[in-house]
Amino acid sequence: MKSSTIYREWLDSLPPTQGCLKKEQSLGRELLLEQGIPSNKDEAWRLCNFNRLNSFLSLPIIIKSEDVKYKLPDKDKNSERIIINPNKNQFLNINLSNGIEKLNDREIEENLGKIVKSTNVKNDLSVCLNQASSSELLALKVKRNFNKSLEIVIPSIKEKSISTRIFLLVEEGAKLDLLQVFLGNNHSAQNHLIEIKLESKVELSHGLISLGEEKESSSICTLAVEQSENSKYSLHSIHHGWDYARFEPRIIQSEGEASTIIKNLQVTKSKEQIATHSLIRFEGPNGKLDQLQKAVASEYSHCIFNGSIEVPQKAQKTEAAQLSRNLLLSKRARIDAKPELEIVADDVRCTHGATVSQLQDEELFYLRSRGIDNEHANSLLLKGYYDEVISHLPKSSKKWNFVKKLMKDIK
Amino acid sequence: MILSTSETILSIKDLHASVDDQEILHGVNLSVKEGEIHAIMGRNGSGKSTLSKVIAGHPSYTVLSGSIQFKGQDILDLAPEERARIGIFLGFQYPVEIPGVSNLEFLRVATNSRRKELLQSELDTFEFEDLVKERMKIVEMDPAFLERSVNEGFSGGEKKRNEILQMALLEPFISILDETDSGLDIDALRIVASGINKLSQPSSATILITHYQRLLDEITPDFVHIMADGKIIKTGNKELAIDLEKSGYDFIDKNKKDKEMVN
Repeated sequence: MKSSTIYREWLDSLPPTQGCLKKEQSLGRELLLEQGIPSNKDEAWRLCNFNRLNSFLSLPIIIKSEDVKYKLPDKDKNSERIIINPNKNQFLNINLSNGIEKLNDREIEENLGKIVKSTNVKNDLSVCLNQASSSELLALKVKRNFNKSLEIVIPSIKEKSISTRIFLLVEEGAKLDLLQVFLGNNHSAQNHLIEIKLESKVELSHGLISLGEEKESSSICTLAVEQSENSKYSLHSIHHGWDYARFEPRIIQSEGEASTIIKNLQVTKSKEQIATHSLIRFEGPNGKLDQLQKAVASEYSHCIFNGSIEVPQKAQKTEAAQLSRNLLLSKRARIDAKPELEIVADDVRCTHGATVSQLQDEELFYLRSRGIDNEHANSLLLKGYYDEVISHLPKSSKKWNFVKKLMKDIK
Repeated sequence: MILSTSETILSIKDLHASVDDQEILHGVNLSVKEGEIHAIMGRNGSGKSTLSKVIAGHPSYTVLSGSIQFKGQDILDLAPEERARIGIFLGFQYPVEIPGVSNLEFLRVATNSRRKELLQSELDTFEFEDLVKERMKIVEMDPAFLERSVNEGFSGGEKKRNEILQMALLEPFISILDETDSGLDIDALRIVASGINKLSQPSSATILITHYQRLLDEITPDFVHIMADGKIIKTGNKELAIDLEKSGYDFIDKNKKDKEMVN
């Protein structure tokens, strides 16, 4: 079936606009109709496997379902867990701990959509798909006195597509550990739009575990973060096991004077395609960025990284470092890494680099010369390679056993 | 102590080996018995490190002809890990840094693979920690190095101590120590040398590859071999190393010239 037909059918299959996101839904659908489906002539989608995107659009959007089944590890005592489960209208009824509360309508009106809009990505299909299909919103305010960590889990539903929208406002001076977990299922799709606003002096440590489930599970996630001055934001994420995944972190330092750390790992096997398209923009001086993008591609898989950094005239004394390090484990696998630095300010220090290599023979020999067999030596080296990202994930991430899955899947 | 009944641990006969299609070893012969300490000296590029890597089974090197036997067993078909498990240890000239792999975990996995071969029980984390801390004393190494990634950010001396620690844990029958003395200051050299001395057993043997006499002041070799152009061209006792320190390697060029003139 032609892409345009699938696209049209997907739009037609959407339920009527309704709920608190009614306006957003109309907007998203109008934009999709206006823009049409992207092609490989659009730079941001040039390397996309459109067959996978078509599969993504072929699954019915789920609003209500009675058969949601999943098994989750126990949560930490000191953690607030929210499960986004599309068979209930749970956002209206969740009990929240002290220090975290739902945003009121005025706050939602004031903030929603603004951060993602300010990223101005051309042909913003990922966002439009979400806007068109998300019917509920989880909008939370994290206060200074919130002393737990926050966990947001989104399981998939077999043979269905789900769409989630989250807005988090982290109030001035708050410190938060946030862990988000996306879980795939066979023949399932997820589409997330997350907006986070960090007020000044906020420290947010954000872990994101995005684990697909082998057969035709796909995920599209846009994460838009706005940082006020003197805020610290760190994002550590892992994407693995998706047949098709696209992750778009977009971070705006709205006044500069903030610090951003991004360490992202994507690991592919089989014929999977996982792409990260990041954008970091400094809207004021003295901003700092430390970005590390790691990819491991095995078998016939494909990893993509597009890393944009924008430093306009007003962002003097910006210090930004971007490094893309990639491991190619098979001759048939493919890695595309493209840094894109747009620097107008003249008094800045910006560095970038990209490497693609294989597991180092000398490292392997060293381990083998100590009696460690080839397979074990390989997995030790891979674990070491992942460690630079996963060792920074919040402690509670260990319960999700993703390292075990990684070690089992990639040898 | 060398006894006439001592078993031969390593026997190398007419070994020719290449790397990147270039022949480096042109017929090495060497026999090492239990309890013996051998020193191999020679200029850069004479084939010393190649010999050590070929014995350990580095996959980039190809054996063209000849044989290597370990305790009577031909080892050329064995993978590097199999050679290590039966008791062959290579102390690296440049120990490799492996970010993200914990030194403790690495040492434990390596030790257990050797113990398995020796039909000893595998050590769990706690048992291993006790053992490794005890062995670290041999090289006066701080247990803090266990928490770090393998060799990452270690100074030259710390890397070499980590190598000798591995030797202490793996208890090999033969240790080939490739320029263990390079990059060490006098104090570190003494600590490393004393560690090697403490670890030598009547049932094991050591091959020291070195450029300098100073290591041999600390560890007395039974035999000193001089390598040139991929061959052992001269074998003697400790006096040979002392002579070499005084007169250098010029005699090799002289011998070569004489040979060419005769031909």
